Amino acid sequence: MPRTVSALLIGMLFGAGLAVSGMMNPAKVLGFLDITGDWDPTLAFVMGGALIVALPATLLARRRARPVLAESFDLPGKRTIDLPLIAGSALFGLGWGLAGFCPGPAFAALSTGLWQVGLFVLAMLTGMLAFRLLRAN
Amino acid sequence: MSDFTPLSGLAGGIMIGAAAALLLLLNGRIAGISGIAGGIMNNAGRERLWRIAFVVGLVVGPLAVAAVTGAMPQVEIEAQWPWLVAAGLLVGFGTRLGSGCTSGHGVCGLARLSPRSLAATATFMIVAAATVYVVRHVIG
Repeated sequence: MPRTVSALLIGMLFGAGLAVSGMMNPAKVLGFLDITGDWDPTLAFVMGGALIVALPATLLARRRARPVLAESFDLPGKRTIDLPLIAGSALFGLGWGLAGFCPGPAFAALSTGLWQVGLFVLAMLTGMLAFRLLRAN
Repeated sequence: MSDFTPLSGLAGGIMIGAAAALLLLLNGRIAGISGIAGGIMNNAGRERLWRIAFVVGLVVGPLAVAAVTGAMPQVEIEAQWPWLVAAGLLVGFGTRLGSGCTSGHGVCGLARLSPRSLAATATFMIVAAATVYVVRHVIG
């Protein structure tokens, strides 16, 4: 129960951060990706701001045996740069460039009630499900 | 640079970084949105419940910001609906195949100094920028 409540509150903080940063807005994200156009460097400041906090937190986590509310840390263990990583990231980049939505901002933008956001999220979840079904076979 | 907003960008970024830090230190999990959302399908019980709660929080967070500021954050969508569907499918499938997105690789992975996340972030940034270039300056 405490883990679920903390996840809800942390999700809210994440969503609020996306809203404050402007990254919930695909037009602003595309403004960053359009480097030869009317370039808007804001996204770099968002990532920079996030890293200023996340970097020391990661170092702190390494010195702890376990997290506060769970039995253990569940962190990615894979180290090799392989084809699925690069191919998947390329497909993601293509979709990100087409619409300006990545997963976090897409969920956060559901708060606007715009049907276009609902459609994107539905397609995104379908893509995730398709990957799951393909891998199972 | 018409819409450059470095201060609100930095402030929002710090909030996102704080969320990633808290999820790691409290729950011991990586705040990668594609992984959290994809994991809703792959898990059951408590492991599924916290993921659902996090995604609900993502949707509620901007509403809380709107309640404080008195205005809903702007969302301008340029893409027509067939492109939104194609983009959604690519983002969903690609982030699962590539084990992460802007948050999981771009924030959490880079904070962990992971070479995999650096390679992934460079790949999706370059491909996305190239896509926007083609859409806006070659076709458009």
